[in-house]
Amino acid sequence: MWFPDNIIFHLDLLAVFFLAVIAVVSIPALIYSYGYLKGTYSRLRVCMLTVGTLLFILAMAMVVCSANLLAFLFAWEIMSLVSYFLVVFDHEHQQSVEAGLIYLVMTHVGTAFLSVAFLMMYHYAGSFDFALVKSSLPAIPLAVKHLLFLFLLIGFGTKAGIVPLHIWLPYAHPQAPSHISSIMSGAMIKVAVYGFLRIVLGMLGVVSVWWGISILLLAAGTCFVGIMYALLERDIKKILAYSSVENMGIILLGIGTGMVLLSKQQFSLAAIAFAAGLFHLINHAVFKGLLFLGAGSVYKATGTREIEKLGGLIKRMPQTAVFFLVGALAISGMPLLNGFVSEWLIFQSLFSAAGALSAAYKIFFIFMMITLAITGGLAVACFTRVFGITFLAMPRSQRAAQASEVALSMKLAMGILAAGTLALGLYATQVWQVLIKVAEVIMGNNALSLNTGNIFVAGSVLPMPLIAGIFVAVLGLVYLLVRFAAGPAKVTKSPTWDCGYYGLSSRNEYTATAFSKPFRIAFSFFFLPQHRVEKLRDSYYHVSSLKYEVHTIHVFKQYFYEPIVKVIFLVAQRIKSFQMGSVHWYLGYILIVFIGVVIFVLVR
Amino acid sequence: METAFFIFQVIIMIVISPLVSGLMRKFKNSLRMRKGSPVLQPYYNLRKYFMKEEVVSEHASVILRITPYVVLASTVTAFLFVPVFHFSNFFQVTGGILALFFFLALGRFFLVLAGLDTGSAFGGMGSSREVFISSLAEPVAICAAAVVGLKSGALHLSAALNLTSTPVSVVIAAVALLLVVIAETSRIPVDNQETHLELTMIHEAMLLEYSGRSFALLELSAHSKQMLFFGVLASILWPLPVTAQSGLVIYFWSVVWFIGKIAVFACMVSVLEVMLAKMRLFRVVDFMGFAFLLSILALIMAGLGV
Repeated sequence: MWFPDNIIFHLDLLAVFFLAVIAVVSIPALIYSYGYLKGTYSRLRVCMLTVGTLLFILAMAMVVCSANLLAFLFAWEIMSLVSYFLVVFDHEHQQSVEAGLIYLVMTHVGTAFLSVAFLMMYHYAGSFDFALVKSSLPAIPLAVKHLLFLFLLIGFGTKAGIVPLHIWLPYAHPQAPSHISSIMSGAMIKVAVYGFLRIVLGMLGVVSVWWGISILLLAAGTCFVGIMYALLERDIKKILAYSSVENMGIILLGIGTGMVLLSKQQFSLAAIAFAAGLFHLINHAVFKGLLFLGAGSVYKATGTREIEKLGGLIKRMPQTAVFFLVGALAISGMPLLNGFVSEWLIFQSLFSAAGALSAAYKIFFIFMMITLAITGGLAVACFTRVFGITFLAMPRSQRAAQASEVALSMKLAMGILAAGTLALGLYATQVWQVLIKVAEVIMGNNALSLNTGNIFVAGSVLPMPLIAGIFVAVLGLVYLLVRFAAGPAKVTKSPTWDCGYYGLSSRNEYTATAFSKPFRIAFSFFFLPQHRVEKLRDSYYHVSSLKYEVHTIHVFKQYFYEPIVKVIFLVAQRIKSFQMGSVHWYLGYILIVFIGVVIFVLVR
Repeated sequence: METAFFIFQVIIMIVISPLVSGLMRKFKNSLRMRKGSPVLQPYYNLRKYFMKEEVVSEHASVILRITPYVVLASTVTAFLFVPVFHFSNFFQVTGGILALFFFLALGRFFLVLAGLDTGSAFGGMGSSREVFISSLAEPVAICAAAVVGLKSGALHLSAALNLTSTPVSVVIAAVALLLVVIAETSRIPVDNQETHLELTMIHEAMLLEYSGRSFALLELSAHSKQMLFFGVLASILWPLPVTAQSGLVIYFWSVVWFIGKIAVFACMVSVLEVMLAKMRLFRVVDFMGFAFLLSILALIMAGLGV
């Protein structure tokens, strides 16, 4: 039967967990949209956008609840198409249309691979039902399983933004209205991880250790590439989009580690690794949702996303600044917030994998730790840059100087998510207990051999409330000590030291481009930076103005996608000559095909 | 009782940390055949700064004001993950050393923001260089920590302290970590604590707009951070050659042993500082690259069981 006679939708703990992730991001985003859309769009368009958003959320929920490959694909496609329309919602901007096109093409490449994989599964199972497919999978030959893994990896990897399939993400996410960006980065790319967990891990299982290793290698590349581009970008929402790529890499580091450990029969360590990956997944949903909403507030207040034109917003929009700072601290893995806990857990699971396995794996997993450490260091650089340039010092443009605080509903939405980052950090132990249960669902039958008691010993979470308490106590104590030992602060206000050159202005400030210059130079092998200096002269002796341009080459776009696009256009040009509009030729084609069919039948 | 002991230990470490800096300065000066300032000069400086009034930039925000407190508090909290005189640290959890690095990063995060907060180009320059160097140093530190963790079986420093001997790979990792310490405590050849030449300074450039008690707090955090790193090094190298037992005698010996180790590290760093010249910023990449290679070497050795 094509359509199942039993169930299409089904809920288990894994699905509920992802529904929670979707809800945690979507509800604040919807609250936010009230203030965000007001005054920008007409009533009709607000209605359309809201209906689209709700449909989008519903489609994601349907993907997560499906218990049938066909229903899954159907919901998946609705999710992709609706999100395409949301990306091109600001269709007056040429950029939106372009971004939408890239997104549409990439997402359909992914869907094509998924469709083929699902049809292959149907071929062996004779059904689209998850349970039936799963029970028939032992019959599938090994080579086919490897092929299925590859196809599913490409299919889900495109949506998840794994390097080199990440190309659409930095275009599509920033171009959508900010609350949509928040849902896309916070929830939609997580749905791809759900698909991977449900279909690859849940059905195929981990056949070979190489699956886990390839996921880990891809994850490491994704982390590094994502954060490197984020570090150089000047568009605040593009920075966040690239950082989503990085964080998907971190999540996959957890999942890949789990897969390797699963194939090495280290079940309890595998559960820890999966749970660590899932912890980062929900954390990323919360703080990236928060950061996108914060970026949207900045855009709403100033009309620009270019951080070089911002500055000094902390005085003009203090609450937004605080919420953004919380998000920036969390995403950089700073202690007390949730990002710290999950990054720490992933470090910990990588290390325990290194400890449990043989020599080559030890070195491999420590290398993964090093990659994560590099990524963490660069993330600190990236988010101090974003926050520092956008919110601190003096405004760099008129519009930034005239910014004012955003509407209450927007602040409320950001406040909810900021509280979420804090809560997920402080209640890490409770969250961890739930996540271990979710990891057991992922592991299926293997979870039976788990000794749940052991897990809490080996992967015990840091005592976050205690650490937070100590930190706050020390902070208070230092303040009080200083206050009582040296009396109340005697403070004089004065301008920043300007080397005696009076009139320090925003043009003397350090720019975002300058801030990331050391990285651009040190990693020039990757960025391939290009400089161009143009001098406009009055005469030979006097340069009246100077134009300086620096840009970097995006290696994946330049050396991977552009050749592909070129080949496609070339082939299309050749094919075009078959269709020249002459009826005679078309009749000729029909004749040729007819003769061909006749010969084929006769030969058979 | 235990808790009181840990608190006491942390306070002692912070109180004596300016003394270590003073002694290092004195030692460096005597190597250079100079008389130098008194050993207690860091304390005199701190007292002077605490008494002075504070000048705050009118362009700056609340970030500039809270940063000194956050930096000091995060450094103090990081001390709880280091076993100092005792055989264990306060947070006896695996992965403690990672938490230590994260807490230091928290302080750095705020310091970098404070550098950007005043709108001065020097502050921005310092911030940019600081994150650059620390993002190069972080992987080395994590790799070295992982090597120590592999050899001692757990990612926390008290496990390392309970090793009976120091394997070769751990020694190499410690050397890599020493180079990280040089970078993180802004010493020659990466940075220079003694200069205020705008174009070369890194750590000092971020603090340029600070004065009065905020500056004093940041100075104190810098001294404590150095002490913290020496404490980390001390706990992974040369454990006390007696089996762990309780009693005042063992406490006494562990304190003496610890002070001895700190003295050795301080002397090594001072000698290096006197011998070398400050590097250009982009030569620091090579310097940290060398440290990285050392840590990778240590990792491969540890992986092979040496």
